[in-house]
Amino acid sequence: MRTLFDKLWDAHVVLTREDGASLLWVDRHYVHEGSHHAFAKLDARGLAVAEPALTVGVADHYVPTRRGGGITDPDIARMVATLEGNAARHGVRLFGLDDPRQGIVHVTGPEQGLTLPGMLVVCGDSHTSTHGALGAYGFGIGATEVAHVLATQTVWQKKPARMRLNFHGTAAPGVGAKDMALHWIAALGADGARGHAVEYAGPAVRALSVEGRLTLCNLSIEGGARCGMVAPDQVLFDWLRARPHAPADFDRAAEDWAGLATDAGAEFDREESIDMGLVAPVVTWGTSPEDAAPITATVPDPARAPEGKAARIAQALDYMGLRPGQKLTEVAVDQVFIGSCTNARIEDLRAAAAVLAGRRAKVPGMVSPGSTLVKAQAEGEGLDRVFRDAGLDWVASGCSMCVGMNGDLVPPGRRCASSTNRNFRGRQGPGARTHLMSPAMVAAAAVTGHLADVRPLLRGRA
Amino acid sequence: MSGWTHHQGLAVGMAAENIDTDQLIPARFMSAPRSAGYGRFLLHDLRGPDFPLDAPGAKGASVLVAGRNFGSGSSREAAVYALVDAGFRVVIAPSFGDIFAANAVNNGLLPARADTAALLPALPAPLDVDLDAQTITGAGQALGFDIDPVWKTKLINGWDDIDMTASYRAQIAQFAAKRREQAPWIWDTSERNANRGTAPTPGRPS
Ligand code: SF4
Repeated sequence: MRTLFDKLWDAHVVLTREDGASLLWVDRHYVHEGSHHAFAKLDARGLAVAEPALTVGVADHYVPTRRGGGITDPDIARMVATLEGNAARHGVRLFGLDDPRQGIVHVTGPEQGLTLPGMLVVCGDSHTSTHGALGAYGFGIGATEVAHVLATQTVWQKKPARMRLNFHGTAAPGVGAKDMALHWIAALGADGARGHAVEYAGPAVRALSVEGRLTLCNLSIEGGARCGMVAPDQVLFDWLRARPHAPADFDRAAEDWAGLATDAGAEFDREESIDMGLVAPVVTWGTSPEDAAPITATVPDPARAPEGKAARIAQALDYMGLRPGQKLTEVAVDQVFIGSCTNARIEDLRAAAAVLAGRRAKVPGMVSPGSTLVKAQAEGEGLDRVFRDAGLDWVASGCSMCVGMNGDLVPPGRRCASSTNRNFRGRQGPGARTHLMSPAMVAAAAVTGHLADVRPLLRGRA
Repeated sequence: MSGWTHHQGLAVGMAAENIDTDQLIPARFMSAPRSAGYGRFLLHDLRGPDFPLDAPGAKGASVLVAGRNFGSGSSREAAVYALVDAGFRVVIAPSFGDIFAANAVNNGLLPARADTAALLPALPAPLDVDLDAQTITGAGQALGFDIDPVWKTKLINGWDDIDMTASYRAQIAQFAAKRREQAPWIWDTSERNANRGTAPTPGRPS
């Protein structure tokens, strides 16, 4: 009797050393502009890429989202050109800046069917946990490991402990995968799942679309997990079947994939449960994803915090410019952002548009689709019009305002309602104040000008 | 990278929890080549007169003592480069981000897991870190620390993974052949569905 994770692990072990380290085979390796350190290491040793066919490059972290006049920042132009040069020299396929399939690596890979169930997927990016939504074992690695994968198509790992996170009940209207994720991270802590491979299970997970599962697995790393995953099912197969790189004999592959489930009675090292009845639309108030609370709550008071937490809360509130006891719905925002590998797939854009349709945003903001194909699909559905009519900027795809390295920044001291994944100090730019929430909640903040409960705004809609 | 078993150096404390990789090195510095040296980017946006690493007694520190969940966040190895290039050889914290810790070991930086509550108030002070015995002494304290045995061996020997893996080339080739038979679609990355586009995602709400 094995868990889903055991099966994924076993299928990739080339060998296990006496000390417990295993050498794992890598089925898919994504690289991006940030992989320049790794390519430099490879070049320094005169090594070639072992399996160029299994390696896929995507330009996302540094690309500008306003692409009218080419890249104006020389530093950014150099980063994109370096990726192009490395990919070309090593025979690695690249979805570059001008490719119609360009997008954020964790959106593009699944969208293209390049990530498939049963695969081991790595990338020099911590949100590689996203790919687990397809029943894959996806995890982020550092530059030394990226160089190792490029050179050998393998990676050394010690088997993580297994954890199952069960979501019981059903999601209330207005509650989605982002809320489920921030809820569990707040409950268990930003290192709550450290050292664990997490399988998301239970009726509320089964009920999620593939896109929702991608969001849930994406945020695994914010709870400290090594990876997150959902067992494949018919919902996934229907989503995957027509992807450009889906297997020719899809049914034969799907037969294999159907076995990728935790056996009845298989043991986990740890099990946790979340009651969906307690999951409301969530926003973060602090500088760690664990600083999350239902939108109906108030800003915590360090004076009433458990010992050991008070100082951290006080520092977070100081940075965020918030008062203890302040109602979260009274926190005014300066701008909004919808984008990132967490929440910029088509369903995310639809959810935000459902709130924004026929309304005006009270603050400026920006919408950056997760991929160029998502952008095209959204435009086909008229969603771009909804965003523009609401007064928001509709820009090209990339990591954009998630990470503050491509020119899209939140100015110092400004407060941004954001569909991204990290509210770390300075993540969206030096001094930026980030509140994480679902794309629908970002839309609610846009139309009200403050953090707001999306539920009343959805009445009679969607 | 050379291995080591013993380190003596000045330790500085930074009690904050959840020091994430965006703090360790803000994203805007990461396009620099490593040869330029990353030390000056370390904790760049937290620096200032009150910052523990900038205190007069902290100059030349090589051991950092920190709070829970140190190095959480992104996989950017540049966070480790910044520490190493600034002269750090050891970070002691109650817990680490997993990817950060792996990156640290790959650069000869020891992520030592220990309760730092008693140690922090006594810093800055010289500490003696024995990797072999897994002990930290100094500042009137003596405590043990945890480190994954695989990582410990790697640090002590200064192993380079690419070199080590080269000795398993035959097993890897064998495994790849088997994998190709089991799941041939992994290698077949041709564009099958000719529209080059995504399949429209179903479930459009009306
Ligand atoms: S969108 Fe943000 S989290 Fe996602 S890959 Fe890009 S930088 Fe990383």
